Amino acid sequence: MIELYNRFDIATEFQAMAEHVLTAAKAKGATAAELDIDKSMGLSVEVRMGQVDKLQYHRDQGINLTVFFGHRKGYASTGDFSPQALADTLEAACRIARYTSEDDFNGLADAERMATEFPKLDLYHPWELNADMAIDMALQTEAVAREHDARITNSEGAGVDSYAGMSLYANSHGFMGVSHSTRHSLSCSVVAQDGESMQRDYWYSVSRVPGLLESADSVGAEAAQRTVRRLNARSLSTREAPVLFVPQMARGLVGQLVSAIMGGAQYRKASFLLNSIGQQAFPDFVQLREDPLIRQALGSRSYDAEGVATQARDIVKDGIIQGYFLGSYSARKLGMSSTGSASGVTNLLLADTGISFPDLLAQMGTGLMVTELIGNGVNGITGDYSRGAVGYWVENGMIVHPVEEVTIAGNLKDMFKGIVAIGDDVDERGSIRTGSILIDKMTIAGQ
Amino acid sequence: MKQAYDFAQEAFFAPMGLSEAHLEQVFSQLLTKDTTLADLYFQSARYESWGLEEGIIKSGSYSIEQGVGVRSVCGEQTGFAYSGEITLPALLESAKAARAISRAGQSGAVNAWTVRTPQRPLYGMDDPLNSLSEDDKISFLRQIDSIARATSPYVRQVMANMVAVHEIILVVDETGRMTADIRPLVRTNVSVIVERNGQTESATAGGGGRFSLDFFVTGNKAQEYAEEAVRKALINLDAEAAPAGNMTVVLGNGWPGVLLHEAIGHGLEGDFNRKGTSAFAGRIGEQVAAKGITVVDDGTLEQRRGSLSVDDEGTQTQCTTLIEDGILKGYLFDRQNAALMGTQSTGNGRRQSYANLPMPRMTNTYMRAGDYDPAEIIASVEKGIYAVNFSGGQVDITSGKFVFSASEAYQIENGKIGKPLKNATLIGNGPDVLTRVSMVGNDLQLDTGIGVCGKDGQSVPVGVGQPTLRVDGLTVGGTATA
Repeated sequence: MIELYNRFDIATEFQAMAEHVLTAAKAKGATAAELDIDKSMGLSVEVRMGQVDKLQYHRDQGINLTVFFGHRKGYASTGDFSPQALADTLEAACRIARYTSEDDFNGLADAERMATEFPKLDLYHPWELNADMAIDMALQTEAVAREHDARITNSEGAGVDSYAGMSLYANSHGFMGVSHSTRHSLSCSVVAQDGESMQRDYWYSVSRVPGLLESADSVGAEAAQRTVRRLNARSLSTREAPVLFVPQMARGLVGQLVSAIMGGAQYRKASFLLNSIGQQAFPDFVQLREDPLIRQALGSRSYDAEGVATQARDIVKDGIIQGYFLGSYSARKLGMSSTGSASGVTNLLLADTGISFPDLLAQMGTGLMVTELIGNGVNGITGDYSRGAVGYWVENGMIVHPVEEVTIAGNLKDMFKGIVAIGDDVDERGSIRTGSILIDKMTIAGQ
Repeated sequence: MKQAYDFAQEAFFAPMGLSEAHLEQVFSQLLTKDTTLADLYFQSARYESWGLEEGIIKSGSYSIEQGVGVRSVCGEQTGFAYSGEITLPALLESAKAARAISRAGQSGAVNAWTVRTPQRPLYGMDDPLNSLSEDDKISFLRQIDSIARATSPYVRQVMANMVAVHEIILVVDETGRMTADIRPLVRTNVSVIVERNGQTESATAGGGGRFSLDFFVTGNKAQEYAEEAVRKALINLDAEAAPAGNMTVVLGNGWPGVLLHEAIGHGLEGDFNRKGTSAFAGRIGEQVAAKGITVVDDGTLEQRRGSLSVDDEGTQTQCTTLIEDGILKGYLFDRQNAALMGTQSTGNGRRQSYANLPMPRMTNTYMRAGDYDPAEIIASVEKGIYAVNFSGGQVDITSGKFVFSASEAYQIENGKIGKPLKNATLIGNGPDVLTRVSMVGNDLQLDTGIGVCGKDGQSVPVGVGQPTLRVDGLTVGGTATA
């Protein structure tokens, strides 16, 4: 079973270690310091073609230490927790700080923003799982997928992963927080062949709670269905058409918004949504909310990497951008306040427009439903977007044939404004939760 | 003179008082009668990086990462465990976990230890972190900043960083081979953002390799990288939307070789071919490229970013011919996949760190030069695009479909290079793309040493290269409909 045994004892030990390092930093002349200490373990099993492929045990630990000498800062890290290694790491961080520049915006987050409440987020659920059980579960998943259709001729395997970890963050404001979490997943990827056409696709389930994972049968069957339906895909002639991003791809679009309104992109003026608070970037029916305190959710946390309390807030309201994602550095640069985003976003929820997936297809009528994107053709500064796409051609609301070897292109500003509807087929895996997104038109390039 | 193995002993064995007798104990725990290969991978890496932004040295970091990965392989099955602690109890525990893959009882032992030092070291053993003083590292970054800003009044942001890594590895395997390697790796990156009349664009430049930081200073790389980044960014200010559709594409030399890496290289890695999940599986001996095209993966180039004296399984690297005169000749192998396919490792067993399993990975992948003058290639195109630089690419090795994003591209009309284009994404089919190459330039060039290759969540440094190429018919995914 993957569990951090004696995790409360370990936490106590880490607290002592953190206090010691913070005191030692002060003795070295640091005006402030912060550190995090992480420890985790994991088991991952992969099977392929009915037999075990890999059995891996993971065990990681690390300390990340930042020291401030006034407004100069140094950073060092180590995986070795011996007293000598801790002393060396502190020494290295101090050495680095001698050479970095004075930067008025540097420093710990403001003391008054430190989290003081630690709601029970219920993120720690170790799995009563040993290697044999994990192997059986993966074998069952793959067997279901391989037996699903005669055209499934090969497999990239099925896997079970279980992870348990804890982390402590402390700084010289006197803040100290400890969090424990688990994460488990089940995945499957198979290959189908029909004549010359060979295709691969996959499915997975992930949760902090083992009992909430999808069953082996359902993950296997979904992986198989998704693979088979891609066979005999064709390209399209170059055209303009509406594009429907299924939830797994729609998540990426929300991710592009996140990147554009991150504090770093804003103060560097490296965003296609510069100074966008108060701007209408989406149609007025678009609502995006950040909620850090959802119990058992993958993105939940009550404080960020600087100890700042997180809180629920609107990111987009009636299509208008309400706020950025700021850590203390970018907040000071912009003359704003930290939003508790030093570790990135927590849980983002895009509200649907009350339409089912089949109705979305019908609303699109004729266009491209995108199920996979490849390549990195997104320019975050200009918003120019051009990526390879895989999916299905839809006519009169019905899927006609699979599509591959096309690109879809546009500009994210137009794409965001061009959102027509958001489906209620919400994918709850991951920290961005969204249904399918329909966009009025993009350029599709093909044969 | 001290050999790589002496350094490895000092790094891994001396601090904990480990001896060969202890290793024997670990192997007797690890080996069973159905073990086909097993190894311990000791690694100690020191990283230092400095970052400049907004004209100041904004960040600096230092870290030490060390540990040991223990692997036991029985045919197709692999057991693996690792530890950040290099102690006998940690090694024994990892060995016990890794051997759980085998159902057989305990037996095997290593016969005799043989210490091997790379016969043909491709890089020096000096620590690149100490090759420049802190003041010199910082003044180099400041120089980049001032040169970039002096190059154009439109430069708004300059970000530059310098990274140095010094790594010692030791592989101990079931045959008793103990192979050590000491690997330097340095890199400098420059990003600029330019703004003119409210329009913003960006570009990056940089380079590096397996040598010391002096390379940057003595080679005046501050000027080269800063000017190159600004040049590319300014071109994009004038660029127009790329066309969409199928057309003739001329690929520039050097970094555009990333196309070979993605479209061809990954599909020729031994694991995908053993499993039959690559679009190239079972196609050895077939014509997969036009005549005259030869593609190699060469781990033996001195001081190159993708080069290794020995791979991460202790096998000496080599120059492997993948495609010769258009015919598919071979795959890239690590020990496990080679054994399963009845052949020898090609020295391509690579891993990100001790905490990851090795896999067949590329080193430096490039196409050999042809006969055409690059000017002649451009002149031959009536209408098409000339893609000079790419920001990266990705491939689906099963379907063979690949995608690249051009960061610098131009129109070609009537044999002449015309307006710059932006947002040009190329998409094609790996097994098909080289059959459409109609002209190969005589200007083979390798990239400047910036490549990072991702596979299965593991990143490793690689090199790419190619001469100028004419490809008759690739899909260009722009926004302007022709």
